[in-house]
Amino acid sequence: MRISLTVNGEPREADLWGGESLLTVLRETLELPGSKNACEQGECGSCSVLLDGELVCSCLVLGAQAEGHEVVTVEGLALDDGLHPVQQAFVDAGAVQCGFCTPGLVVAVADLLERSPHPADDEIREALSGNLCRCTGYAKIFDAVRLAAERT
Amino acid sequence: MSAVGTRTRLTVGRIGERVLREDAVPKVTGEFEYASDLSAPGMLWGDTLRSPHAHARIVAIDVSAALRVPGVHAVLTHADVPGAKLYGLEFADQPVLAIDRVRYVGEPVVVVAAEHPEQAREALAAIAVEYEPLEPVVDMERALEQEPLHPDRPTMGHGYREDTRPNVVRHMVIRHGDPAAEGDVVVTAEYELGIQDQAFLGPESGLAVPDGEGGVDVYVATQWLHVDRDQVAPCLALRPEQVRIHLAGVGGAFGGREDLSMQIHGSLLALHTARPVKMVYDRAESFTGHVHRHPARIRCEHRATREGRLTCVRMHILLDGGAYASSSTAVASNAASFAVGPYRVDNALVEATAVYTNNPPCGAMRGFGAVQTCFAAEAQMDLLATELGIDPVELRLLNALEPGDRLPTGQLVTGSLPTKEVIRRAAALPIPGAEAVPRDPLRLPGGAGNTTRGEGVRRGVGFAVGFKNICYSEGFDDFCAARVVLREDGSAVVHSAAAEVGQGVVGVLLQVARTELGTDDVALAPHTTAAVGSAGSASASRMTWMAAGAVRDACRAALEERERQGGRAVDVERVYRHPRTTPLDPETGQVTGDRAHVALAVAAMRVVVEVDVELGLTRVVWIGTAQDVGAAVNPLAVEGQIEGGIAQGLGLALMEEIVTRDGQILNASFTDYLIPTALDMPPVEIELVEVPEPDAPYGLKGVGEPPTVVSTAAIVSALRDATGRPLRRVPVRPDDICL
Repeated sequence: MRISLTVNGEPREADLWGGESLLTVLRETLELPGSKNACEQGECGSCSVLLDGELVCSCLVLGAQAEGHEVVTVEGLALDDGLHPVQQAFVDAGAVQCGFCTPGLVVAVADLLERSPHPADDEIREALSGNLCRCTGYAKIFDAVRLAAERT
Repeated sequence: MSAVGTRTRLTVGRIGERVLREDAVPKVTGEFEYASDLSAPGMLWGDTLRSPHAHARIVAIDVSAALRVPGVHAVLTHADVPGAKLYGLEFADQPVLAIDRVRYVGEPVVVVAAEHPEQAREALAAIAVEYEPLEPVVDMERALEQEPLHPDRPTMGHGYREDTRPNVVRHMVIRHGDPAAEGDVVVTAEYELGIQDQAFLGPESGLAVPDGEGGVDVYVATQWLHVDRDQVAPCLALRPEQVRIHLAGVGGAFGGREDLSMQIHGSLLALHTARPVKMVYDRAESFTGHVHRHPARIRCEHRATREGRLTCVRMHILLDGGAYASSSTAVASNAASFAVGPYRVDNALVEATAVYTNNPPCGAMRGFGAVQTCFAAEAQMDLLATELGIDPVELRLLNALEPGDRLPTGQLVTGSLPTKEVIRRAAALPIPGAEAVPRDPLRLPGGAGNTTRGEGVRRGVGFAVGFKNICYSEGFDDFCAARVVLREDGSAVVHSAAAEVGQGVVGVLLQVARTELGTDDVALAPHTTAAVGSAGSASASRMTWMAAGAVRDACRAALEERERQGGRAVDVERVYRHPRTTPLDPETGQVTGDRAHVALAVAAMRVVVEVDVELGLTRVVWIGTAQDVGAAVNPLAVEGQIEGGIAQGLGLALMEEIVTRDGQILNASFTDYLIPTALDMPPVEIELVEVPEPDAPYGLKGVGEPPTVVSTAAIVSALRDATGRPLRRVPVRPDDICL
């Protein structure tokens, strides 16, 4: 089947097989591999994207369900004049190691700060509890969230 | 730790500075290319048929139906392997594709390549393999009496102690002083650890591209490019230079990428089809696609004087290596060498045996044998402290191993080892006060389940010390190459095959080059076997030490050469070697030269936990640690290693275990195999103890492993304090802590 959707502000079309997830469509068809494939069952958050402004695991959304909807991936966050403030904060706080979880976390933090510009520590921990990171122990990711909040 | 500076410019920073990662920018934007993101024109997708049996004879393999599936280009079995049929990290005991027998669930049997991943999966389903199931060997103790899984004993003749019991991979004995020496008090106990998984987030993946001349280029997430090449080439019947291994973006490793995954399979398919072939494991396949941390059973007997001085330690360690050798021989050696912990003891008998079974193969994981024994030995120190009525921290200080003392292997500690300093600094960290209940349920053990108001919550404080070796040991001729191109304009390019697996070694390479060359205009060339000699493995807390030594030497040589050449551009490669080690005596486990281990690093940790003893739920409230880091090359990265290393130790203490039944993994997913989340990790307070290592470049030590070694022991120590339970097995289960 063929679907039409908006990805990172641009109208896109994709041919897909009915069983394909939105994650597969983004990665394999639309050539946007920024969203990652770590578990593909909604446990790790590495594939997090915004679907009509709502944070979702793109591995749990069928590609076909995205017909007519608006998707923002990690590739769509950066601003014309540089990194998104959350991306910059991740770089500056040392919150990136292997980086495989980073795209999903960046999208999740951008979503959190959109809803709650100055989150308390517990709120940060709860908001990010669906994004697994195996390298950092999360400490510098929390630093990055606080840094991004301070700067905005 | 909240030490975030203002925006700092990238591509600067010398040794000792808080340096930001250059690769962080493409990683935050999603542009960084991981192995699973690769593609090539005309690419096929590879997939692997794996054994459903832990132990079976293969009667017949029929691939004819698979070959008829539309889009399928190749269906290959062991008969299609043109060269050596067996490979292995240290011993070639593992079939590239199963021949007449399978020895674990998940063992590769057939590989296929097709136009689309779904067609590849269809092809796998169409393959008929007739198995004759055999009784699986699944208990590490019974394995020593059951039919041998490798009757030809692959590890025999390598200088290890002779042991004719079936299924012994290595039997290691360290006999030190008089193992019969008595003490005023004796504490004995048996400990057990489950199987832990590295659980790196980036699945095994790679792209093999035929070069049109019979050779192949493999772009893969790995830890050791050159040893991959040296395993791949013989199986393809190619010369080493016909196989070029290129590092693709690595989504974490932690030891799990030391052994091969898709490298040979992808190459076979690519050469057979003359098309690029990509293979990506899914999460379930990843759980069977790499080795795990060895599960262990450890019996301990600690004898001491009434004043608390250890007089004799006897430990018996059994490690389940699973179906193939991988690095089990070295894990057994490490487990034995560091079994006692960083304590001085004149008399010891330590036995470590790694066995073959039909369980999932085990090999390298962060901490490498020392994690298992630290958990047991530190529990013993707490037990001894209780028995003697001595403060546990004081008991550790009284016995602390320091330079000038000897390890149970007889090795004199000559480098830096500030054991007392890390103990004192960790013990002095102020712990947070108890928080009243009721409180926000998010901060109760078990989180926001909201089932109680915290009436059953008890608090506990624990302490532990752990140490391990830095660099490879026992006479391994370890080296690391680096190549530096100095241009006439003063800029430089560094070539290194040091695998960047997330730990930040690319930053170290650049820091060293900038420091030595006195310029910020330094770039890194892609990591490939084609352009530079081996860097060795990103493991054993050795990569920073070895790569820093190699880049330093190459930079200095390049400057000298340019001087000789009157300022012309130069291209210089140098090989760095650390001080040589020698093997341990196979009968006594004593050193046969000055040292069997290059250097040591120690960490101490203090932990506060809360346990809801009605619900069996835990919350780690706070962790404070002091770690011996030699000299911190990049404090920001060092902290990241410590925080991340602690998280993996916390996982083993509280939740992480691969559960098997008759060799079958029952929880091969992130739904059922839990790793710590943002809600599980407490704040971590870090003290870096810097006593430069005399034998290391810039005095540095590797920092990745000590936090993982010590944290499991320290967290369980705190759980014991909270519950009064002995807690001799990890991960600790709710049943263990319900009172």
